[in-house]
Amino acid sequence: MGVRIGVVIFPGTNCEHDAILAVERLGASADLVWHGDTSVAGYDALILPGGFAHGDYLRPGAIARFSPVMDAVGRFAADGGPVVGICNGFQVLCEAGLLPGALQKNRGLRFVCATVVIRVETGDCVLTAGVPVGTELRIPINHFEGNYTCDADTLAELRAEDRVVVRYVDNPNGSVDDIAGVCNHARNVVGLMPHPERASDPLLGSVDGTVLLSALLTSAASPVGATPA
Amino acid sequence: MMASSERFSVLVEVRLREGIADPQGATIERALPALGLSGVSGMRAGKAFWFDISAADETDALAQATVVADRLLANPVIEESSVTVHAAGAVI
Repeated sequence: MGVRIGVVIFPGTNCEHDAILAVERLGASADLVWHGDTSVAGYDALILPGGFAHGDYLRPGAIARFSPVMDAVGRFAADGGPVVGICNGFQVLCEAGLLPGALQKNRGLRFVCATVVIRVETGDCVLTAGVPVGTELRIPINHFEGNYTCDADTLAELRAEDRVVVRYVDNPNGSVDDIAGVCNHARNVVGLMPHPERASDPLLGSVDGTVLLSALLTSAASPVGATPA
Repeated sequence: MMASSERFSVLVEVRLREGIADPQGATIERALPALGLSGVSGMRAGKAFWFDISAADETDALAQATVVADRLLANPVIEESSVTVHAAGAVI
């Protein structure tokens, strides 16, 4: 049986169907998981897609963190299940404390919608397993609050533990250390601002997102939880 | 059984931590010369929240309001908050 992906949606999420289509075309099956659900049982990996969860009120992700499903997402992550937050999903994971740091308003208060080049900085996480370090990918970004920040100690820890997953080649938003995505200590929770699902067909201008999504599906087929933490 | 409680008015102010870039504040500051003002500096943008709370006393109200501020209204990674509590009816 193929890999099953749960795509977690909140009121205001709007990239869920793109995510489902992208992973289905890579051979996985995928279902929507409503934010009011209290279980994510049966899934091999979870994607928190982009959008404006709960209207981005207060701060992006600030209210979504309290949605019932987030307890289940937290348990799934603690058990080693692969969890990937894309754009707004990254913001949700940061607010939920599943990833360090925060996404603040872009440098210059600019909303940025563009295809950018990111560089894979580690091959050791569920989204880049098997992808050579240094691989450059053309993937769209589309955000106002994508300026990654964290305190100096956290940044030092991210670098020391090789947890910066992808960096911008040409920093579009002011992110500290050009960070476009990070992972947690156990390397099974990843957040990134670029949208790999929007770079999954030649018609979209790039298929580079499938490099990351394929790695995720491979990771989901052999979960981290199967090995000692 | 509920203990007797009083109403309190709460003001929570949230601002970006020192050292966190504030593009909104900087943009506002750059607009000021258009008003003919050149002496304004250090502009920082923030948020304010007003709400009421039922609590046994002011200490309890402050404790509850602080939970709201720390766990929801501010993101401690980038923001800090201050909480002010007054007996309901008092003007904050």
